[in-house]
Amino acid sequence: MSRLIDVEHLTLQFDTDEGRITAVDDVSFSLEAGEVMGLVGESGSGKSVTAKSLMKLNPRNAVYGPDTKITLHLDDGPVDVMSLQNDREMKVVRGGAISLIFQEPMASFAPAISIGDQMVEQLMIHTDFNKAQSKELSIEMLDRVGISDPSTRFGQYAFELSGGMRQRAMIAMALSTKPKLLIADEPTTALDVTIQAQVIDLMKDLVAEFGMGIIFITHDLGVIAQTADKVAVMYLGKLVEQGTVRDVIRKPAHPYTRGLIAALPTLDDIDAPLTPIPGDIPSPLERPPGCVYNTRCQEVIGPRCSAQVPAFSEVQPGHAAACHLYDPAEGSA
Amino acid sequence: MAKRNIYDAAVDQSAKDAYFTASQGQLIWTRFKKQKAAMVGAWVLVVLILSGLFAPFLTPYDPTISGRDKDYLNGAPNAVHFCDHNGCSLRPFIYELERSRSAATNFRWVTEINTDKRKYVQFFVEGSPYTLAFMTFDTHLFGVEDGFIHLFGTDSTGKDIFSRTFHAINTSLAVGTIGVFIAFVLALIIGGISGYYGGWVDSVIQMVTDAVRTIPAIPLFMALAAFIPDTWSAEERFFFISIILGFIGWPTLARRVRTHLLTERNQEYVLAAQLCGASSGHVIRKHLLPSFTSYIIVDLVISFPYMVLSETALSFIGLGLKDPVNSLGVMLQNVTSADVLLNYQWYFIPVIFFIVLVMAFVFVGDGLRDAADPYGDTKK
Amino acid sequence: MSEKPLITAQNLSVHYALRGGLIGPKPFVRAVENVSLDIAPGSFFGLVGESGSGKTTLGRAMLRAAPISKGDVLFDDGDVAYSLKELGKQELKDYRKRAQLIFQDPYAALSPRMTVRDIIAEPLEVMGLTKSRAETDERVREIAEKCRLNVEHLRRFPHAFSGGQRQRISIARALVSAPKFIVADESVAALDVSIQADVLNLLKAIQEDMGLTFLFISHDLSVVAHVCDHVAVMYLGRLVETAPTRTLFSAPRHPYTKALLSAIPSLDPDDRGKAQKLDGEIPSPTNPPPGCKFQTRCPMAIDRCRVEEPILESAGVEHNVACHRWKELAN
Repeated sequence: MSRLIDVEHLTLQFDTDEGRITAVDDVSFSLEAGEVMGLVGESGSGKSVTAKSLMKLNPRNAVYGPDTKITLHLDDGPVDVMSLQNDREMKVVRGGAISLIFQEPMASFAPAISIGDQMVEQLMIHTDFNKAQSKELSIEMLDRVGISDPSTRFGQYAFELSGGMRQRAMIAMALSTKPKLLIADEPTTALDVTIQAQVIDLMKDLVAEFGMGIIFITHDLGVIAQTADKVAVMYLGKLVEQGTVRDVIRKPAHPYTRGLIAALPTLDDIDAPLTPIPGDIPSPLERPPGCVYNTRCQEVIGPRCSAQVPAFSEVQPGHAAACHLYDPAEGSA
Repeated sequence: MAKRNIYDAAVDQSAKDAYFTASQGQLIWTRFKKQKAAMVGAWVLVVLILSGLFAPFLTPYDPTISGRDKDYLNGAPNAVHFCDHNGCSLRPFIYELERSRSAATNFRWVTEINTDKRKYVQFFVEGSPYTLAFMTFDTHLFGVEDGFIHLFGTDSTGKDIFSRTFHAINTSLAVGTIGVFIAFVLALIIGGISGYYGGWVDSVIQMVTDAVRTIPAIPLFMALAAFIPDTWSAEERFFFISIILGFIGWPTLARRVRTHLLTERNQEYVLAAQLCGASSGHVIRKHLLPSFTSYIIVDLVISFPYMVLSETALSFIGLGLKDPVNSLGVMLQNVTSADVLLNYQWYFIPVIFFIVLVMAFVFVGDGLRDAADPYGDTKK
Repeated sequence: MSEKPLITAQNLSVHYALRGGLIGPKPFVRAVENVSLDIAPGSFFGLVGESGSGKTTLGRAMLRAAPISKGDVLFDDGDVAYSLKELGKQELKDYRKRAQLIFQDPYAALSPRMTVRDIIAEPLEVMGLTKSRAETDERVREIAEKCRLNVEHLRRFPHAFSGGQRQRISIARALVSAPKFIVADESVAALDVSIQADVLNLLKAIQEDMGLTFLFISHDLSVVAHVCDHVAVMYLGRLVETAPTRTLFSAPRHPYTKALLSAIPSLDPDDRGKAQKLDGEIPSPTNPPPGCKFQTRCPMAIDRCRVEEPILESAGVEHNVACHRWKELAN
């Protein structure tokens, strides 16, 4: 399996009326081709911002940290995304090598242009196909994602399709340029659970067929458990735990992950009381000092937690958590 | 992270608290203050409005015929000096003007500047009486001991352009205010009923609104101008024009009011109030009206320059106000001849004031609109 | 049902007229069709369904916030007994004190221009439940404390609060008039998971404290499984199954319920591919299929299902199913 993308020390801040807000703080991860990585977090975790940073799609008031390095490994060679200056240079990345699917399909389809026209436009920008070839490929993709009667659907508008079909159409559009990396930002959150199951199956099939990497952003750990190979957990802009999906879900190491899993209502034991994580997620304007989770953590070990930002410590091979509990220097585990 | 002392923390806390307890009006004001162009516009506007209101005090002469300088027609502005070849003085002064018939110009009157005779500018002089806030005064801010001072020159009948300009600002603003006020009241009622009730009431009212909107202003005014009896006084004419402007201006504002109401009406917190059994009156007063007060203020400020522009345009083509009531439009009327363009360039000074006034409104309106923007912050 | 139900829906239908042509019968949407259910006092009754199921409309109809086209809703709290279809103006005002709604969206449900204290006090003032400002303040403070809101923050505006806190303000507003019946419409759907549990625990605590009855509308079966004692499942405006929670989750009888349960993504990564996947889409409510509404997607559908609409039959203690084949599929 070849390396697809390396993200190193990604830091992103926004300049707003209320001051400089840190949205993403020193996040590093990598992805191989054919791998599905789940990026899990709640509101304010910075997961969407992280995904958009990979294509530099954040608003103008976004400020990248100086150490940020994003390397995309394409067939021609590695591309340093941070060095690409203008939209023309970014074209290779956006929609070409990397495709993005949003939560609200209605938001990503232009309402007054038919779906087919939009797909053809995308193909003609990123490939050498002519209009006829693009149309053929688009209809093929619509069929591939399970949309019935694709040639009719090709000429329809976004509002004529149901939620599930729109999402499939968006996946078709995103995949028609054969990207190396697909970023799916909460693609199933707005869907009914029975439709969600269909779309998740579809995405898994497509990964197997196209051999691309997927970054699957969601707050739903259940969906991650079913689709992802590895998972990264974010809280308030920081990556707190990374590992294979089995390790992180079965043996969560970071107190936040543990709290999150404990708070989830599951069907296994419906008599168990619901255990929330106490407190509220702090506003990004008031990020706690030291470990960003220390204000709500149930396993604080001492003043170190509110003073020193924890580095990633290995819990098991391939499984790491940013917590002082696992710091070998601490002595305890 | 740098060490923060308790004072920083306390300041932070009170700043945050202020943010949390800030009402929408206060939030808008804070955002408005951050926009430089808008703040500059606001100051300019304040200065112009005040100078218009206090025009009779600030300017030395009566803007009508009675205050004219018979000896100085189409006169160039008097330059104010502090120093000249005779030395400097703390008090500003202008030069005496002497008129004589000159043989060189075929015995026409020629005005010469006598650089030896100084006329000192005095402050708080007694001049022609005027009424301000129902009281009569006769003190003017400045004047000249003996003779006239014309900072912006005079026009063809000898009227001081400086005095006329500031009075004109006042008139234009007054017409604009009345027009906006009438338009606003009409828009609130009509747009309000349309937006609140919706359904066929809305459809009918919208048809009427659209019809009124299509009435072209200039031909209407021409027709009305033909109908205004000559016997009407300047003031009556003034009010008539203002009222007509208001009646033409309401459709745009009404449409905005209606749109705001239609959106706000379906908000969940309105439904929440209705589920408590709140009457329509309560819903309107406590939820709907406050929700678009900020937008309406923005709309009002933005309509102002249009009113001023309309009045100016109409007066300019002779269909609006006429002498002796002077507005900026009336003054602009005088600048149309080539004679003026070539020889009496100071006639254009009111134009500059007019442009500045309108631009100030526009900047403030834009700034307000940006500041009042949704206030819907953090969404998941 | 051992005691008298607090609120009963009897063959309730809610139809919305569509903008149709001028000629011919006006088309309409059957948002809720022929629903009958009982909610016992003190119950935490769950109402589940996907989009187009009509669950929100049913909840609103029970509050008289949606028009009742056919059938009726009966309310009896021991103090008063109302038929919602025939409520007079005065009675409606009284009913509003006894039945309230908690909205889904914590951001849209609070007026951004009112302080939190005013928002919570509004029902009291509108319904004339208190006589003085001091009394209002006292009631507001009381309910705010119950909802674990910091009373210091009552003078702040909604924009100062997080989603979870805003939802608690919404809850406080619904409770301040001391109602008996609360409809919670997707009240935790917009909240983060770590906060969701907190709000749910709060609702249960308040239910015990104030003796309330809840109708908990949700699309999230896992949440419903934990907090509700009774569940009703809806599909395209019809009730397909109702049962006590334990029964529904251990022995569902309707094919839709079974599909719904298996579609929930399991937290066990090795539990993949076992789900019974449903094909197709939910039909449009304006154009429902004939016979059983679920037949277009039901893997067990037979010819009878395409022609005849099933009625609710008893499948056990307080367990009703609307399916022609439930008996044979249970074995």
